[in-house]
Amino acid sequence: MSTDTTDLTRLATPPTFQSVSGARKAKNLTATVLVSLAFAIAVIPLVWVLYTVLQRGFPVILNADWWQKSLSGLLSRQTGGGVYHAIYGTLVQGLVCGVISVPIGLFVAVYLVEYGGRSRLSKATTFMVDILTGVPSIVAALFVYSLWITTFGFGRSGFAVSLALVLLMVPVIVRTTEEMLKIVPDELREASYALGIPKWKTIVKIVIPTALSGILTGVMLALARVMGETAPVLVLAAYAPYINYNLFDGPMASLPLLMTSERNNPTDAGFDRIWGAAITLVLIITLFNLLATVISRWLAPKTK
Amino acid sequence: MAKRIDVKDLNLFYGKFHAVQQVSLSVPPRNVTAFIGPSGCGKSTVLRSLNRMHEVAPGARVEGTVQLDGEDIYASTVDPVQVRRTIGMVFQRPNPFPTMSIRDNVVAGLKLAGVKNKKQLDEVAERSLRGANLWNEVKDRMDRPGGGLSGGQQQRLCIARAIAVQPDVLLMDEPCSALDPISTLAIEDLITELKKEYTIVIVTHNMQQAARVSDQTAFFNLLGVGQPGQLIEVDDTEKIFSNPTQKATEDYISGRFG
Ligand SMILES: Nc1ncnc2c1ncn2[C@@H]1O[C@H](COP(=O)(O)OP(=O)(O)O)[C@@H](O)[C@H]1O
Ligand SMILES: [Mg+2]
Repeated sequence: MSTDTTDLTRLATPPTFQSVSGARKAKNLTATVLVSLAFAIAVIPLVWVLYTVLQRGFPVILNADWWQKSLSGLLSRQTGGGVYHAIYGTLVQGLVCGVISVPIGLFVAVYLVEYGGRSRLSKATTFMVDILTGVPSIVAALFVYSLWITTFGFGRSGFAVSLALVLLMVPVIVRTTEEMLKIVPDELREASYALGIPKWKTIVKIVIPTALSGILTGVMLALARVMGETAPVLVLAAYAPYINYNLFDGPMASLPLLMTSERNNPTDAGFDRIWGAAITLVLIITLFNLLATVISRWLAPKTK
Repeated sequence: MAKRIDVKDLNLFYGKFHAVQQVSLSVPPRNVTAFIGPSGCGKSTVLRSLNRMHEVAPGARVEGTVQLDGEDIYASTVDPVQVRRTIGMVFQRPNPFPTMSIRDNVVAGLKLAGVKNKKQLDEVAERSLRGANLWNEVKDRMDRPGGGLSGGQQQRLCIARAIAVQPDVLLMDEPCSALDPISTLAIEDLITELKKEYTIVIVTHNMQQAARVSDQTAFFNLLGVGQPGQLIEVDDTEKIFSNPTQKATEDYISGRFG
């Protein structure tokens, strides 16, 4: 029997919570610094680019002529004029590419997710799409050049550019659509089958509408991406300083093409045109991204 | 029009896996039959074979016959889409179509089958929602998305959607397992109500529920892991719960396993 009082006053168990050790504090600090540094390294160039483009290009695009006139008849050192011919080219080449790519991409994705299963054709298609995703745009451009222009004998034109963009856009659309269709729960398909709705109608009326917001976002982002592609316009379309509405014939400007062509122009006018075109392209792409957000908000399945 | 179901020597497979073996049973019209048994013994699989939903799974195969009022639903000339129109199904988790309003969810089956008459669709929507005891709760928000309802309401919406196409038989796979007790009670009342017009087969994990709602109970069991599930016995619910023929049934019902 112990009469030791200290034994009675001592805590039976150590306290549950202890203060943070020094080593852990140090690790925490190092991690915080590293993460912040990585963030800064990623963001600084981005902000810098945006700032430069805005600072140099913004004054140029404030002029109403910029949006309403072409560079037709202007000497390379003359300021003024506009780039609506190039905006037209960029938009039309992009949209025509979209009109061709979206149905193809959609059908391929529907086949892969809804019908292909683990068949050999579906595996082969997935493999091809993977490879196509990695094809550099210059390769797509040269392929179209050798097929459309050398083999079939058509001239260089805006449409040839669209074709090259199709090669770049289809795999992206297949990929995003595939992902979006996959996240539609099978329960919805089953609910539809159980109502006596045939499979194709289930896909058209239930599955695709459920995935639509994601699919359209993907399409918008893909469009925004291909509209900035430079290699296809360099290889497949000649530059024209005037408007050419004909997608199938003659030289046709586009924003990336205008910028590369004005790079040979050492005057202030050329400098203005390049930065103005740059900010115009950034604006168009931003607009498409915004549109993607709006559409996806608008179409997303609601609960309220 | 409620119809009877006769299942004979049914064997069900997922690829090489023999999931259910030699099931034979009959479900009379205007009757509730409950499937009970431990998890994985093939209750859902059998239920899904009754409206040809089993074959939706990749590699799934069916042997034996299922007759609806004497007509083999697996005959080679029969279109599975027609079978599913005649034999409706309610699933374990409520699955309203997320892009559709409450009204459109209810009439989805008709609308997608080509019915366009707005007045007719509105009538069907009201009748089905009344049938599912949901009308009073949603009549003021028919254009709201179905996903905004509570779980129990969503499940009744799914029941309304299933009865809107006027099937002869209603299959329910654990329709209350995701619901709270009050919603469960609402659905059980509804089943008793629906029995007047439909032949109902319900899978349930809840023995009291089987005892409360069903006229006939089928007990399924698994002899071992990897073995096919079997129908141990099927009889009047009262008999199964008071005086089953098989020892396994008694053990299961008295809670000794499962
Ligand atoms: N889609 C499927 N593919 C392969 N096996 C499945 C599938 N669905 C169920 N099974 C298997 O079939 C057996 C019976 O499953 P199920 O009918 O869901 O049982 P229960 O509904 O009685 O719990 C289980 O062993 C399960 O793993
Ligand atoms: Mg089950």
